[in-house]
Amino acid sequence: MSKEWPLWEVFIRSQHGLAHKHVGSLHAPDGEMAINNARDVYTRRNEGVGIWVVRASEIVSSSPGDKAALFDPSNSKVYRHPTFFPMPEEVKNL
Amino acid sequence: MYAQMVETGTQKLRAVADMSAQERAFQERIDAGIKIEPKDWMPEGYRKTLIRQISQHAHSEIVGQLPEGNWVTRAPNLERKAILLAKIQDEAGHGLYLYSAAETLGVSRDDLLAALHSGKAKYSSIFNYPTINWADMGAIGWLVDGSAIINQIPLCRCSYGPYARAMVRVCKEESFHARQGYDIMLALCRGTPEQKQMAQDSLNRWWWPALMMFGPSDIDSVNSAQSAQWRIKLHSNDELRQRMVDQTVPQAEHLGLTVPDPALRWNEETGHYEFGEIDWAEFHNVLKGNGPCNRERLRTRAEAYEDGAWFRDALVAHADKRDAARHRAA
Repeated sequence: MSKEWPLWEVFIRSQHGLAHKHVGSLHAPDGEMAINNARDVYTRRNEGVGIWVVRASEIVSSSPGDKAALFDPSNSKVYRHPTFFPMPEEVKNL
Repeated sequence: MYAQMVETGTQKLRAVADMSAQERAFQERIDAGIKIEPKDWMPEGYRKTLIRQISQHAHSEIVGQLPEGNWVTRAPNLERKAILLAKIQDEAGHGLYLYSAAETLGVSRDDLLAALHSGKAKYSSIFNYPTINWADMGAIGWLVDGSAIINQIPLCRCSYGPYARAMVRVCKEESFHARQGYDIMLALCRGTPEQKQMAQDSLNRWWWPALMMFGPSDIDSVNSAQSAQWRIKLHSNDELRQRMVDQTVPQAEHLGLTVPDPALRWNEETGHYEFGEIDWAEFHNVLKGNGPCNRERLRTRAEAYEDGAWFRDALVAHADKRDAARHRAA
């Protein structure tokens, strides 16, 4: 049986100034075909000014099971938000 | 709609008390409206149900290109040809989003296509009917894509993240399909008497198959009840079908066409249209493989896949050669 094409994840920058956003995935034999196919399938309606494609096998992701432990440190640090600090009403620009 | 022959593996719904701790936690997330993502734990039945339903949905998009592909070379003018091509391209894209969503559940594209070509996996019954004139392009966009939209909007809120997100993208693109179809019907119904008659004939042939798209009544279906509990299926088949009829009849009236159902009448008390009995024997026969175009559709798809193998292999060989050259140079 023929070799299956690798999976690529597709990220599109919709307008200059915005960050690339993940829009989906596709199979392609190499990066050049991946970009061309991404253009064909994910930008038919002028959705983008730039495309990144990344081999899915290169993506490292956190595990859903680790969510609690991984994000726990920030849960108790509410002082990272400005709203933690009440300021006197008369004081401006803070 | 795409859950034909999808078995959830459930004999009867499990009470919360009978679930394992893992299943209970899973069900609680579903009930809280939290999306399930590919790497989350999920019951095997949930995974299997989704693989089946999403892949059959994907197969429907790809096979669905064929009835319309039939008329690309015979569109009445260049603009309508370009528009029809754009719709067909969209269907390819929809197939891709759905295959991608199915693959996140741990199944390969090759396996999904093998299931389609062998007849094991199904696709929507509607695509087994022939397109015999240009008016059918109008009827399909109006009635078939129209019905698909009614089915797909609730799916945007289904519990499985990749499927829900694919549906959001599909729905954005699908409304052009319905309008394009109705636009064709408008042109025909405002044209010569022969053109209007062609539109009427097309409606006569596509109306009942479109109603059948939603599937038989599933009030007593355990599989549907399980899908509802897992928030894959948010409305019953009858509810969605009723919505389609209520929306579409006024559209047909505006065209000056007659819906081919003598039992159709507006019920002032319920606020809905009553409609006639559907011939479910025809539906099951078409699903079994005996519709007008089943064999041709499958043969065309299998041939396209096999005939394209040399091209796919050549692209891989080219990519491998480039990689090897790069390693030598490095």
